[in-house]
Amino acid sequence: METMCEVKVITGTSAAAEAAKLADVDVIAAYPITPQTTCVEKLAEFVANGELDAEYIKVESEHSAMSACIGAAATGARTFTATASQGLALMHEMLFIASGMRLPIVMMVANRALSAPINIWNDHQDSIAERDSGWIQIYVEDNQETLDSIIQAYKIAENEDVLLPVMVCLDGFILTHTVEPVTIPKAERVREFLGVYEPKHAYLDPDRPITQGPVGVPDCYMETRKQIEEAMERAKKVIRDVNEEFAEWFKRKYGNGLVEAYNLDNADTVLVAMGSVCGTIKYVIDELKKEGKNVGLLRIRAFRPFPKEDVKELLKDANNIAVLDKNISLGFNKGALGIEMASILKNKKVCNYIVGLGGRDIKIDDIKTIINHVEKAEDDSTLWVGLKE
Amino acid sequence: MVTIAAIIYEPGNSIKNKTGTWRTFRPILDNEKCVKCENCYIFCPEGAIQEDENGNFKIDYDYCKGCLICMNECPVNAITKVREEK
Repeated sequence: METMCEVKVITGTSAAAEAAKLADVDVIAAYPITPQTTCVEKLAEFVANGELDAEYIKVESEHSAMSACIGAAATGARTFTATASQGLALMHEMLFIASGMRLPIVMMVANRALSAPINIWNDHQDSIAERDSGWIQIYVEDNQETLDSIIQAYKIAENEDVLLPVMVCLDGFILTHTVEPVTIPKAERVREFLGVYEPKHAYLDPDRPITQGPVGVPDCYMETRKQIEEAMERAKKVIRDVNEEFAEWFKRKYGNGLVEAYNLDNADTVLVAMGSVCGTIKYVIDELKKEGKNVGLLRIRAFRPFPKEDVKELLKDANNIAVLDKNISLGFNKGALGIEMASILKNKKVCNYIVGLGGRDIKIDDIKTIINHVEKAEDDSTLWVGLKE
Repeated sequence: MVTIAAIIYEPGNSIKNKTGTWRTFRPILDNEKCVKCENCYIFCPEGAIQEDENGNFKIDYDYCKGCLICMNECPVNAITKVREEK
């Protein structure tokens, strides 16, 4: 089957648009923002050309884009949107409503720094700031994974054990504006893989009137939050299963779905990171291996739900753990991933490295600096790597 | 049990939700003073005041939120208030 697939040399945003088309979405509501715009431009083209039969709603802001997606999803439509940075921040209020109403919306986030100063380049601060919004967050490494993850995201989000929205996060410019060969699966195969979204819990139907998004008095609100936490826990298994099932259908898989282990066996020093920087880290690991030095990488693919069990198990033998963060919790001098890892690996040396903020390049030498630092460090510490003198 | 996302699948759940617990002041209607003008019945925003078979008006304390609009509208001061203390 796979030999019949088409390979296109495309950007990350085009890969995301191709994925939304393959998922046969019903409604797209979006507002342009760099470096996401080329994704929804491509989708507008698909709809205008008749290649995709979907409602394309042009809105006046990202707040409205997410509101329109929520309304559409509440009718049982499969919805897609994309945003970045300030646009995601403007959606903030509606993100909690999407997850609280248990609507399986899928969104591409082109990771970009937050103002001020105004900066259109890559880091993870925008989606990390939405960590607690009740959205599943998947961070991808390359353009193929962008396409595959958006297809997987619908299968995860619409699963009855989950029913939560999913953000597929890809690094702005590094992936969104860089072309790579991407295998495009056959549309019929993807439609068969995903099936039709038929919500049982929430859809607007004149023959069965219901109230969605009611007042949640103190008597019931706390239970609804606990339900989301339980759905997040169940989502771990669903993400793993979908990764396996996807591999059977399309011959590609990403670690166990939640994490990807690279050269972890017998590695005393392990780097932990998310997104496209993992490609650079893998390159450095391969180079060091030739010199007889063994370093591992644990790539966190699902940041929410967070794969605590996998992290504990896979890092049980490592002693030097270096966590890279393209975000910073100002006032705590650690990034979000560094904080999570320190809370899980209580009796280990976990150093945190703040890297790549606002598009600062993360070079091969920076990765080597991190490896040297963590191996020599006596205790947990945080280092900003790549700062100018 | 709370439904998923607290979605309401059956109409009429405002009957189940006894909003009388929100009350700070309880209106007390003195039927001796009442002239049956129906002002309280008309103005009550909750529909919590009804006329019984004897022509007397009664306040349903399961749903009366204690807004005291009835007291304000009563032309003969037949309605007074007491603070809820349980």
